[in-house]
Amino acid sequence: MQLSSNSGQPEVPSVPLVDLRRGDAAVLDHIDLPGDDARRLMELGFLPGTTITAGLSAPGGDPRVFQVDGSEIALRRETARRMMVRKPKSAKTPRIS
Amino acid sequence: MSECADCHGCGSPAVLEFPRNAQAPKAVAVIGPPNSGKTTLFNRLTGLRQKVANFPGVTVEQHTGILELPDGRALQIIDLPGVYSLNPRSEDEQVAHDVLTGKRTDTPRPEAVLLVLDSTNLGRHLMLAAPILALGLPTLIILNMADDLRNRGGKLDLAALSKELGSPVALVSARGGEGVDKVFEFLAGVMAKPAPRELPILQDVPKCRAWAGRVSGQASYRAPIPPKWTRRLDSVFLHPIAGPLVFLVVVIAVFQTIFSIADPSKKAVEWLINLSGHWLAAALPEGLLKSLLIEGVWEGVGSVIVFLPQVLLLFLFIGILEDSGYLARAALIADRTMAKVGLQGKSFIPLLSAYACAVPAIMSTRTIENKRDRFATILIAPFMTCSARFPVYALIVAAFIPERQVLGSLLSQRTMAMLGLYVLGFVAAVVTARVLKSSILKSGRTPFLLEMPSYRWPTVQSLGLRLLDRSKVFLRRAGTIILLVTVILWISMNVPYVHGKPPAPESSLAGTIGRTLEPAIKPLGFNWKIGIGLITALAARETIIATLGTIYGMDPKTQELGLQNALHHDLTPGGAFALLVFFAFAMQCISTIAVVRRETGGWKWPILQFTYMSVLAYAGAFVANHLIH
Repeated sequence: MQLSSNSGQPEVPSVPLVDLRRGDAAVLDHIDLPGDDARRLMELGFLPGTTITAGLSAPGGDPRVFQVDGSEIALRRETARRMMVRKPKSAKTPRIS
Repeated sequence: MSECADCHGCGSPAVLEFPRNAQAPKAVAVIGPPNSGKTTLFNRLTGLRQKVANFPGVTVEQHTGILELPDGRALQIIDLPGVYSLNPRSEDEQVAHDVLTGKRTDTPRPEAVLLVLDSTNLGRHLMLAAPILALGLPTLIILNMADDLRNRGGKLDLAALSKELGSPVALVSARGGEGVDKVFEFLAGVMAKPAPRELPILQDVPKCRAWAGRVSGQASYRAPIPPKWTRRLDSVFLHPIAGPLVFLVVVIAVFQTIFSIADPSKKAVEWLINLSGHWLAAALPEGLLKSLLIEGVWEGVGSVIVFLPQVLLLFLFIGILEDSGYLARAALIADRTMAKVGLQGKSFIPLLSAYACAVPAIMSTRTIENKRDRFATILIAPFMTCSARFPVYALIVAAFIPERQVLGSLLSQRTMAMLGLYVLGFVAAVVTARVLKSSILKSGRTPFLLEMPSYRWPTVQSLGLRLLDRSKVFLRRAGTIILLVTVILWISMNVPYVHGKPPAPESSLAGTIGRTLEPAIKPLGFNWKIGIGLITALAARETIIATLGTIYGMDPKTQELGLQNALHHDLTPGGAFALLVFFAFAMQCISTIAVVRRETGGWKWPILQFTYMSVLAYAGAFVANHLIH
């Protein structure tokens, strides 16, 4: 399933959603999961081009709650690892975790 | 490019009129995304009391109710499980899909639709409007939670939205009742209808979302500000240290309350039962009838009823957890533990509700998309300490463990023992899940997706109704199954009836059966009386209390002691511990066996489950009895 947002902005390297820290926001680029799973994620608001904000998590950082399209959805790390996001240019210098 | 590039022969037909004065009740389906308040609306329309709570996936099967319109016509309202789209992924979504498309033989095909959307998140929820309107049925779009929308500063132009969708729209608060008159107007067919509009058929999600965004933009939808209190509460409940700690403290406090504050209320019920028993005993002539009523019914069924206040307190706590929205957070926190045993956080919600009763818990596994995960959850759910085990535990713990304080006055030994039993059940469940998921139910992983609902105050009315319903269930069980078993027991305690005298308890029919069984349960530290109790507990767990109440009440040696004392004298501490362990592990519940058979579609799983749990119960009790020796 090819689902990229082809916005005209200059290339910012995409990172997995799982790398976002609490309070970070980024724009979803594509979902690297089988069609069915990707579809359900999209029905819940995880659409390419949508801004996702990382929220609180269970102890240990997994799963984490993400704010997307007006709702709060919890995802496991294994799922968030397969979802690629681009941080907006204005974001602080990339942190390595 | 216009939106009709991907719409072929699209559009909803002209809004249909309901046939007036039709004979048969017309069916109307209530559909919408999970946790949008469909069942709350359904209950308001039909006057029924289906279970509602604040987390996604409470309703897992269709319910029907009758609504009577002011002009006397009756409509059949069908409440459906929540769906995100018309592409079902789990069992509950499949049910909704099949009813809506007329594929189920047990439910009439709906002729109109009430589409319930959460008005505080219209952009995303409107996505469901596209496939629903494409069904071509007359549809009322209900924007629910109007009070929330207003309080948090959101708004929209209803007329514009209605025009965009070509269907009537109503802003409703199903909880408060605001706007429900509009629903009646629609159902009566007297609502003004907007001009029908061609709608695109959108198969792919991004296009659907773009359409929903455009429509809500046309309706000048202003999204409400995020719920402040939800964020604040989450920063405590989802705090890495404070979160789990708060949960633990609350659970301990609840148990402590059940034992301390509920005790006087239990005494009061006990006093009432004793008083009425004495009064009845005085009014009745000596004879069999008196023996049946006093020793059978009063001593037997009465000893179960005294636990009603404590069970209600437990349900009050579960009700607050479910209605407030905390349950979804608990599932989140538990997800890691569940992942270790091969399950996911979604399995945790049925497991938590199994603390009330395994039957609805097993039904609620329908929200789990992965079939093997779902079966594993069904198989472990009966290990969770259900409310029928509670009175059994409470009785034995009170009879054998002295009321002594640990940690100052914070915790009593009895509370600790009760908590220990709850933990024991949970551990058995988790270990079993681990075994199942690494052997016969091994499966690939389905992503864990769980929507976090906003916190809400549980209303006094909703909690009150739950408690009322629970009281009815509890008393109905006491008055039917338990009463019946107790009467049968009383009869078999009086057989053979010779020379106008009942036999000695151990030589009665029941005694003979019990003593035949005794060698098998002796290693567990149980005597024949407990053996009879184990047999009757197969009907329902708490029946053992009624059984022992009757047996001790009929035995001249223990007649005057009262159930708790009689039990204390009749069992060794090892036997008591073994009995607790036996009840923690055994699957003594006919309703659970029946629901497992239905949900798994055959006898294979329930037989396996019953055998496994019985063997585990026997082995566990054997070990327990020898540990204390």
